[in-house]
Amino acid sequence: MSKQASTTIDDEESDPDVELPVENGASSVIRALEGAGVETCFGVQGGAIMPVYDALYDSSIRHVTMAHEQGAAHAADAFGIVAGEPGVCLATSGPGATNLVTGLADADMDSDPVLALTGQVATASVGNDAFQETDTTGVTRPITKTNYFATDADTVGDTVAEAFALSGTGRPGPTVVDLPKDVTNAGTDREPGPPRTPDTYDPQYEADDEAVEQAVRSLERAEKPVILAGGGVIKGEASDALRAFATEYGIPVVTTMPALGSFPEDHELAMEMAGMHGTGYANMAITHCDTMLAVGCRFDDRLTGGIETFAPDAEVLHADIDPAEISKNIEADVALIGDAGTVLEQLDAEMTRAPDAPEWREQCTTWKAEYPMDYAAPEERPLRPEFAVEAMDEATPDDAIVTTGVGQHQMWACQYWTYRHPRTWVSSHGLGTMGYGLPAAIGAKVAKPDTEVVCFEGDGSFLMTCQELAVAVRENLDITVAVLNNSSVGMVRQWQDAFFEGRHSASQYPWVPAFDKLAEAFGAQGFSVHEYDEVVETVEAAIAHDGPSVIDFHIDPESNVYPMVPSGGDNGQFALSEDQL
Amino acid sequence: MSEQEPEQRVNELRGPAPEERPRPTGRRNSQGMRIDPEVEAEPRSRRTAISALVENEPGVLAKASGLVSRRQFNIESLTVGTTTNPETSRITLVIEEPEPGIRQVEKQLEKLLPVISVQELGDSAIQRELVILKVHGDEPDKVQAVTEMYDGTVLDAGPRTISIEITGGEGKIDDAIDAFQQFGIRELARTGQTAIARGDVWTTDVEEERYERMHESWRTTTTTTNDD
Repeated sequence: MSKQASTTIDDEESDPDVELPVENGASSVIRALEGAGVETCFGVQGGAIMPVYDALYDSSIRHVTMAHEQGAAHAADAFGIVAGEPGVCLATSGPGATNLVTGLADADMDSDPVLALTGQVATASVGNDAFQETDTTGVTRPITKTNYFATDADTVGDTVAEAFALSGTGRPGPTVVDLPKDVTNAGTDREPGPPRTPDTYDPQYEADDEAVEQAVRSLERAEKPVILAGGGVIKGEASDALRAFATEYGIPVVTTMPALGSFPEDHELAMEMAGMHGTGYANMAITHCDTMLAVGCRFDDRLTGGIETFAPDAEVLHADIDPAEISKNIEADVALIGDAGTVLEQLDAEMTRAPDAPEWREQCTTWKAEYPMDYAAPEERPLRPEFAVEAMDEATPDDAIVTTGVGQHQMWACQYWTYRHPRTWVSSHGLGTMGYGLPAAIGAKVAKPDTEVVCFEGDGSFLMTCQELAVAVRENLDITVAVLNNSSVGMVRQWQDAFFEGRHSASQYPWVPAFDKLAEAFGAQGFSVHEYDEVVETVEAAIAHDGPSVIDFHIDPESNVYPMVPSGGDNGQFALSEDQL
Repeated sequence: MSEQEPEQRVNELRGPAPEERPRPTGRRNSQGMRIDPEVEAEPRSRRTAISALVENEPGVLAKASGLVSRRQFNIESLTVGTTTNPETSRITLVIEEPEPGIRQVEKQLEKLLPVISVQELGDSAIQRELVILKVHGDEPDKVQAVTEMYDGTVLDAGPRTISIEITGGEGKIDDAIDAFQQFGIRELARTGQTAIARGDVWTTDVEEERYERMHESWRTTTTTTNDD
């Protein structure tokens, strides 16, 4: 997404066929969406949002009715990640709006562009505890980039356009416009303007020359340099620039979880994901580096482990478009405030030589050999989840999109799938929302209908939003859900084994449904896999099926996720098995 | 299935065990700063006032205070009032944080959309607070004497209570409250500090330009009126 395109969109782009005159606030809202180039939105009908839906009836914008508003928010979020422009979701007032909250908080934590339009009771009833009223702007204030309470039919379209522009500009994030019913019903013929951010919102795209120079001098004299790529690399469309920069100067690249796909994992400089369940070699590299160029990341605690032991010898050069991220968790020695791609180009222009680091690159290669991501899959043992992930990767094209829920299955999907392209990894990172996977797969498939979409879920996570299967079937979305079923909330069980003396309080799910049958009940194709020799064949059949399908992988319930850095621990001291914790 | 030989966990990742791996020599402190282990010290908190010029729109105070509270910044006081321009307000925050925390408060405030400009005020800034305290009226003469000592004003004197207003820097207010303790303070209300830069320095960096603009438009309107 280019900065200009996200800020202003030409009027010519909107289809002249859909330009009905603006009659009221609601049609002005829809016109604003059309003017922003919105073609799809996700939502659920309801009392206070009815005027907006009525206006939507005449629009060419496709509306995907979700089973639950949380699904609408996650679908819009995934749409935003895959399409690189804000995903739009709608909900009514009260319970509709509060059901969006989890999805908005998720988008906020991951800086995903989402515009949410919520119905609200009529202005005169606001504050009176009217039927289906909640203080939506109040509730969503801490979990949105910004939010609005619409007060005037004449300006509501402009407000929606501004919220759209803000959501996708600078550091992306969710925005909300709360739409009282009287405002959307009130007559107006005012055409909303194109999406435009307010003058006061002025993100800095180019880093200061002095900082660039300082960073370059630091990189040039580095003996153990590392690039830590964050989700901002993908959001800033900087993957190509990153690849060029790393290759040109021979700097190993470690990614955070949101950055999976920002750098091809089959590249010789790829150290893959670091952090709590990152690879051993990635964690060794970030721990022992002497210079860290961190691009578009916010140093989440799942990445850093304990602050005291995080890259303790490294000079940190931190590039981020949001100045508030600089030195929030890890003190930056050099602050490069700017857009990821622009900063990488600035650095490249200033570099006079590559760091002298052949020994370091060799060390990184040695670590890759020393800590391989291997697992044994003997036929007589139950199915290993890693095997299922690899089989799915094998059966799908390189540009297939992976979405996940949250838990052990999410980590296996990080570790055992090879990501090669940006915007092919869609997951809930910061908030860790179980149940994110299926609605996200719907959003991803709607954004890119011609791309293979695979969703990994755990049995616990899948049960949280599996009702969205109804939507996938209704819309005939060709997605494949792989449930890595171990009859438990596996990550919790793993932690209980490690830190709570194996007391499995409420973590075992001996009552999970047969997910293949559940899929069939919804009208999707269902498969069930217990044995190794069924895997490849079933995966191929499920991928080949035209429409949603669910594979219930009965995996080894004893399988756990390693390597592991215990919460607040030292990344370099990652455990390879439970007895090392 | 929990009974089923739990020691048989299937994980066979290879590689040197944690204690066999090399370890880096350095360390960071709790603020994420690299530290020299020889002179290890945590940064000390300091008390400072931050001034934010904000758009005068509904919810702006909630946004600012919500931000401060949810990020667990140690806020001492927060005051707000309109400026010469009715479209803007000034929020003055007094916080006690280590250096990185102060920088974070500034940057987080700047992120809020209605916030126009943020500046930390140095020690030279003019800082004032107002307190109204109500003491028992048994010894009116002594109360009067203490009030005069602190340049205070008696707002109300009745047979049972006397209410006094004191204005001044934070230290003076604290001292005055201590001094009035002897009469028994029944109730007390403090405003929290408000502050402005001393001399011809502008409090936040956009204010000069905004002032010039407003002044210019005021001049234009008056000239037009005179011509008529």
